[in-house]
Amino acid sequence: MQDIVNIFIRAIFIDNMIFALFLGMCSYLAVSKTVKTSLGLGIAVVFVQVITVPVNYLLLKYVMKPGALEWLGESFKDVDLSFLSFMVFIATIAAMTQLVEMLIEKFTPALYNSLGIFLPLIAVNCAILGGSLFMEQREYKNIGEVLSWGLGSGIGWALAIVSLAAIREKLKYNKIPAPLRGIGITFIVTGLMGLAFMSFMGIKI
Amino acid sequence: MSIFSSKNFKLLSSPLNLQNPITVQILGICSALAVTVKLKPAIVMGLSVMVVTAISNLVISAMRNYIPPRIRIIVQLVVVATMVILVDQLLRAFVYDVSKQLSVYVGLIITNCIIMGRLEAFAMGNKPWPSFVDGIGNGLGYAMILIVIGFIRELFGSGAVLGYNVVPKSFYDFGYINNGMMIMPTMALILVGVIIWIQRSFNKELIEKD
Repeated sequence: MQDIVNIFIRAIFIDNMIFALFLGMCSYLAVSKTVKTSLGLGIAVVFVQVITVPVNYLLLKYVMKPGALEWLGESFKDVDLSFLSFMVFIATIAAMTQLVEMLIEKFTPALYNSLGIFLPLIAVNCAILGGSLFMEQREYKNIGEVLSWGLGSGIGWALAIVSLAAIREKLKYNKIPAPLRGIGITFIVTGLMGLAFMSFMGIKI
Repeated sequence: MSIFSSKNFKLLSSPLNLQNPITVQILGICSALAVTVKLKPAIVMGLSVMVVTAISNLVISAMRNYIPPRIRIIVQLVVVATMVILVDQLLRAFVYDVSKQLSVYVGLIITNCIIMGRLEAFAMGNKPWPSFVDGIGNGLGYAMILIVIGFIRELFGSGAVLGYNVVPKSFYDFGYINNGMMIMPTMALILVGVIIWIQRSFNKELIEKD
């Protein structure tokens, strides 16, 4: 139980998707204009992350790992499909994204319109694929740990985008040099936030 | 339509400046931060992305009328993933050391938003040849920014260009030290911000309205 809580906290603050791993920057920078939209995208990312990471874990454990197909019978004992992991992860993610896109289009058309091209781009959000790849690389032991990593990393990403959106809403009232206005100052603000988050890196839980 | 009509030439040249994928369209940032500590991986990464963008644009554009809209993302990803696996194998065969330095980031080209962004925004609605040119142009624009950032970070972060030391030893004797901040990924973000600042000072039409 303690491991699960540890992984959850680490995923949000210490291994933060944006500030520590630098994954999923494109939609992070482009959609963070208002808190409302970014909260919507943040929730969508948490949702996709919570579904794809455990699904990919199960696929990895019962289909792709060396010897994972033993449950099919003796003759499948030596099958190693791990070279397929990249392709399978991406296929799972794309299918889930399409599902979320249809759900959002049906239930909240306003959010669907404001997210625009960035909703299909969740499929190529590096944070999502990165979440599954880190899950594979860190060899989490059971489904509980995997679920807490997926949930924590999604929440960490959502936290980052919502806080950036809040800063950008305040920035509107400031006098910024005209060429730096908009996306330019956003890059610099993110850089400074990243420096601040680096202070979490040394913490051991 | 001739192969290099003025319209096609515009597709090639506009991503270099007014439609630059990184500084104007804000696509493909993650890899720009991660592979630009040194100049050489930045160049190889830029070229790989250019090849993948151009060819997957061409393939998707040729198939665009046969892809059902509901499953287009999966079809696009399969094409892109195939291209990336090919590029990865080629890099391993011919420039193995750089391929090791780039490590997972070659694989993460699949999730580079420039490629998906161009497929969605351009290749799904245009003929194959303009799509190919658009892919080359956007890849060039991406590579250009990567090379500038890689050059600055390597020069100030490790005092070298392409692995050769260019800062004279007398400078170090005099008390000059390499800027360790440049090695960190956060500095790449701030550098991109500064590049945007400079670019928009020269191109007033890019300045965002309130």
